[in-house]
Amino acid sequence: MNSKTAFYIFKRILLAILTVWVVITVTFFVMHAVPGGPFLSEKAVSPAAQKALEAKYGLDKPLLEQYVTYLKDIVTKFDFGPSIKKRGRMVLEIIGDGMKTSAKLGVIAAVIAAITGIVLGAVAALRRNKFIDKVIMVITTAFVSMPSFIMGSLLLVLLTTTIRLFPANGDEPGGLVLPIITLSLYPMAYITRLTRSSMLDVLGQDYIRTAKAKGVSGPKIIFGHALKNSLIPVITYFGPMLAYIVTGSLVVEKVFSVPGIGRAFVNSITGRDYPLLMGTTIILAVLIVVMNLVSDILYKIVDPRINLE
Amino acid sequence: MEKKPFSMHVDVDSFIPATEEEKAYMVQMRESSTFFRDGMKRLLKNKVATVSLIIIIVITLSSIFIPIFWPYTYEQQLGVVPGKEVDNTYLNLKPFQYGETEQKRIEAGEKVFPHLFGTDSSGRDYFIRTVYGTRISLAVGFFASIIVLIIGMVIGSIAGYCGGAVDLIIMRIVDIIYSLPDMLMIILLASVLRQSGFDQVIAGTALEKIGSNIISLFIVFGILYWVSMARLIRGQLLSLREQEYVLASRAAGAKGGWIIRKHLLPNSISVIIISTALQIPNAIFTESFLSFLGLGVDAPMPSLGQLASDAINGQSTYPYRLIIPAVVISLIVLSLNLFGDGLRDAFDPKLRD
Repeated sequence: MNSKTAFYIFKRILLAILTVWVVITVTFFVMHAVPGGPFLSEKAVSPAAQKALEAKYGLDKPLLEQYVTYLKDIVTKFDFGPSIKKRGRMVLEIIGDGMKTSAKLGVIAAVIAAITGIVLGAVAALRRNKFIDKVIMVITTAFVSMPSFIMGSLLLVLLTTTIRLFPANGDEPGGLVLPIITLSLYPMAYITRLTRSSMLDVLGQDYIRTAKAKGVSGPKIIFGHALKNSLIPVITYFGPMLAYIVTGSLVVEKVFSVPGIGRAFVNSITGRDYPLLMGTTIILAVLIVVMNLVSDILYKIVDPRINLE
Repeated sequence: MEKKPFSMHVDVDSFIPATEEEKAYMVQMRESSTFFRDGMKRLLKNKVATVSLIIIIVITLSSIFIPIFWPYTYEQQLGVVPGKEVDNTYLNLKPFQYGETEQKRIEAGEKVFPHLFGTDSSGRDYFIRTVYGTRISLAVGFFASIIVLIIGMVIGSIAGYCGGAVDLIIMRIVDIIYSLPDMLMIILLASVLRQSGFDQVIAGTALEKIGSNIISLFIVFGILYWVSMARLIRGQLLSLREQEYVLASRAAGAKGGWIIRKHLLPNSISVIIISTALQIPNAIFTESFLSFLGLGVDAPMPSLGQLASDAINGQSTYPYRLIIPAVVISLIVLSLNLFGDGLRDAFDPKLRD
């Protein structure tokens, strides 16, 4: 790693920290700009009770003071405060509970998407313009254009109602199969297309021709030279893939009623549970920003030729 | 003079001037082609793009014109007649079924317009709701892209022209907004804008008709999505200014106005149009996503995402109510994407991956 790469990494980390700060600040001030505050929706709250509630959650202090406290709690104690609608529960607890299911869902979906995507992409590239390549390309184009909630709902109708293959509810055993499939289809299609185009690019390189000329066997060329090098662009997709899976899980968890962080997020919007909404937004945003950072840095280290500026 | 075979002497007869006829034969007159016409020719050769374009046109025209002559409206609850009790036979009709009073009219020999897709749980004709939803989704996609285009173009060209400190500051802001998780921010802003008393602000203006939710959608798009457009336009301006043909043109004595008209504009306009075209399906996608989460257009106005979202709960009994908007939205997004790709290939082959 030379000094230029180190400088780049330093700059990216700085930008990531700045981004997280912007997310926290925007989230905080946007949420507090709502007139009436979070208790407005509750029926028949007397002014005294409203005052007491606000004092309890620290909402009666000046806005700037609340902001500093909020920021300090997050940075020093990783504390997002109590949930307003679910009495007696901390935001972090609720997120932690949801995260268990969501992480399982997301990681399995990502792994499935990566493996099938790379295999299909490599097959399509090696059989370029043959029938199988065309089939793969048509299917992936269709998957890329379908919003995840559409995909999820169609799978729901098809596989739970029409042929009753899987339970429709995410709580039941086997209930995570459909959400995982739904979440993995789009990244799978994207990775397939990415691998295909980068593999085609690599197969046209001089060193492949050299290897062929030297009599290296076909599989050795593919696995030793072509595949390894064509996977580099795929690394950059890991960040966006995570972002997709996070936002995709919002709807997928709603469609299949999976008790994950996505459902907590959606419920916090409709239930106006502001601390929970802020907490989930910030944690998911940090997750996405960090993942983007990692995949960018990895990309830079794996292929130093790339100039990311 | 007779020419000897194998002689190296030049045959003078080969060098007599051509007649007018021969000259005319050599000159092939073709109509001069413009940049636009060239691109259109390439675009129409692309079968996938042409078919996509036809699909888009058909969907757009039908979403505009069908509501004009259709006998039902999107908000009309067929079972509700003023002064009478609600007629429950109109709720949840299957396709081509009729309500009780309609049955009687048919038996009396009257012709009743069929409910192609049945009715929904409030007794509204589902076909016209789908058509109307398509119209809303298309309109949101189109106008959101225009907003993004305008903001991005203004800020991008400021950054590109001014350069220096202005450029630096704008580009750092762009960097930060670019690395924000867009969907999360959109959901956050949309959910807050809905509750921020926005209705009162626009009450009484022309904006009120559109509804506060759609406007907050536009605001959210305007805040977040201009960055890639600004980046693109700035990059275009910076790189085009340094192109050799611009230098050559300047060396040949061209003035600034000529260079902008003949070089900078035609070379960047295609990139701008293409990315705007590719922005439309993105916006439709996002709108349907938000509608699905319950953050979309105001009821009773339908959008495709909203229709799909409403249909989720009844999906085991009325699966077609979910499948119809799902298919329409996928068709729109797919053909817009394919058409955008075709547009890119036809007008700017350099952009191809």
